[in-house]
Amino acid sequence: MTKSELIETIAARQTQLSSKDVELAVKTILEHMSQALSAGERIEIRGFGSFSLHYREPRRGRNPKTGDAVELTGKYVPHFKPGKELRERVNLGLQMGL
Amino acid sequence: MTALTKSEMAERLFEELGLNKREAKEVVELFFEEIRACLENNEQVKLSGFGNFDLRDKAQRPGRNPKTGEEIPISARRVVTFRPGQKLKARVEEYAGTEPQQ
Repeated sequence: MTKSELIETIAARQTQLSSKDVELAVKTILEHMSQALSAGERIEIRGFGSFSLHYREPRRGRNPKTGDAVELTGKYVPHFKPGKELRERVNLGLQMGL
Repeated sequence: MTALTKSEMAERLFEELGLNKREAKEVVELFFEEIRACLENNEQVKLSGFGNFDLRDKAQRPGRNPKTGEEIPISARRVVTFRPGQKLKARVEEYAGTEPQQ
């Protein structure tokens, strides 16, 4: 499922909002989540999961083309930990042969 | 710092898009529910600019009860993994926070 399919699905599930409103809402939610993570803030959605930042230590890497050693600085990467309900439902899908 | 939650997301939809509070709450709820429903059906979710939620099937493997040391197999399972997109990774890398969080 892509973002536009998600927008269509949500729009079909409710009667109040136009597709355009749902599209703006989905984009606003994703931008809000990206902003929070970029500011070092966690995201916690009960039953879905949590997003946080994991730190990657500085390390010496290599330029894959030339093989030269390069110093890579430490950085943060986004990390997602699925919540209990999501883990259980996905596993149930497996049990049901999906 | 406090974590971002659904109620703050709904609040922003109210402030920025003028949705009423009930509509805002419902659309945030549906956003996460439709992603879950899709993953439950073993279908990947690709949100461009943010990232992909992928599924991986894991075979049964040997495990141990850490308390008793007893051998018990860990059953076959399906897990969700998140792969952040380039855009999100680039934005997060710029975060110059000094306190590594977990």
